[in-house]
Amino acid sequence: MEGVRVLVGTRKGAFILSSDEKRNEWDIKGPIFSGWEVFHIKGSNLDSKRIYASQHTDWFGQKVQRSDDGGETWTPIGDQFTYEGEVGTHQTFDGTQQPWKFKRIWQFAPSDSDADIVYAGVEDAALFRSNDAGLTWNEIPALRHAKGELWQPGAGGMCLHTIIQDAKNAERMFVAISAAGVFRTDDGGKNWKPINNGLKSLYELPDSTAEVGHCVHNIAQHPSNPDVLFMQKHWDIMRSNDGGDNWNEVSGNLPTDFGFPIGIHTHEPETIYVIPIKSDSEHFPPEGKLRVYRSRSGGNEWEALTNGLPQANCYVNILRSALAFDTLDSCGIYFGTTGGQVYVSADSGDHWKAIVHDLPAVLSVEVQTLT
Amino acid sequence: MIRVRIPYHLQVLAQVGREVVVNLDEEATVGGVLDALERDHPVLRGTIRNHDDGKRRPFLRFFACGEDVTLEGFEFKLPGAIQSGEEPFRVIGGMAGG
Repeated sequence: MEGVRVLVGTRKGAFILSSDEKRNEWDIKGPIFSGWEVFHIKGSNLDSKRIYASQHTDWFGQKVQRSDDGGETWTPIGDQFTYEGEVGTHQTFDGTQQPWKFKRIWQFAPSDSDADIVYAGVEDAALFRSNDAGLTWNEIPALRHAKGELWQPGAGGMCLHTIIQDAKNAERMFVAISAAGVFRTDDGGKNWKPINNGLKSLYELPDSTAEVGHCVHNIAQHPSNPDVLFMQKHWDIMRSNDGGDNWNEVSGNLPTDFGFPIGIHTHEPETIYVIPIKSDSEHFPPEGKLRVYRSRSGGNEWEALTNGLPQANCYVNILRSALAFDTLDSCGIYFGTTGGQVYVSADSGDHWKAIVHDLPAVLSVEVQTLT
Repeated sequence: MIRVRIPYHLQVLAQVGREVVVNLDEEATVGGVLDALERDHPVLRGTIRNHDDGKRRPFLRFFACGEDVTLEGFEFKLPGAIQSGEEPFRVIGGMAGG
């Protein structure tokens, strides 16, 4: 029987929401790692029973857990993240240089080619790789050589929050860092270059078109068309048609072009989704109406999706890793809010309903399609 | 035999009860007790002292016989009542908020 397993990371633990392909009735399991922040919980595309979870508190630091049975049981694995070589420094809020220091894991990316390889994006921003399913970790240090001294923290910290493995080129990978920008390797991580041409940060950077320093919130790529990338920047929705070498704004008619996540329909590479948020200081949906916006034209022309979502008195936020898509024939979309709701649409966004209403603040949502 | 009380979240992580016992060959110091605790329960490495520099994590405190010995350093020799097992050595997760 087909079904889905939705992996939810929250401020106070992880939850696993399971359903069949209809996505009407849900089994809720959790909290797992009760009381700990789970920034990310992510399953392998090669082995659906293998799941990684980032378990953290400011009191006790970072732990990493792995399940090999679909989340039934968990084993603590390697949690030492040591920067390679000379640690170096990065820019901080007041313009001074500070040494890199590990704080937490923001994202896991299990390899799409080898079930024992997994990547981790961390704060302070760096990319780590494990070749033994998370028992040991080594930094991919060349990334920080891409003008790392000019990177700086966003309000959430200086985090590597998005990792994309190119679906058609095993040597190519993209990462996004706040606030540094997007970076690409074409040789399996030996060399990295900033790919931020076209980004404009008029209010955030002294040089609005600087090569690095941009507050990129999220990027997405459809596996069928890997040269096309979409970006939710701090402000602006951006699109690249050349693997990130150049970006153009496609914010179009959105009520605000601030937001955190951006995602792509599983079966329609030009259908993209964002959830606009009022900013800079308020960080809740404009007019208190929770609206997902969909563009079927790869940007510029957007329609509001509201059926089943609160259209009054809604003041939650949706964080950058809290939007996910299943691969069922009728594409399912999931997002979580800082108010503890996880919403699902089983029909590409036309209709929504809450799976749960009252979880802790949701930090991340991922989904596994089970066959 | 040294009795060590650890915070709830570390109990869950290490799958132990409120109090664990460690054995030391030498006179117990704060650092020696933590070394033994991490030796017996490797999952606790990094949770009380940082992996990278070995320093105490900032929100944790150490108490012995009702006294806060946190700032005495890892070389601090614990009182006789701790050495004998009469009193537990306590690792406390500091609380904040109203």
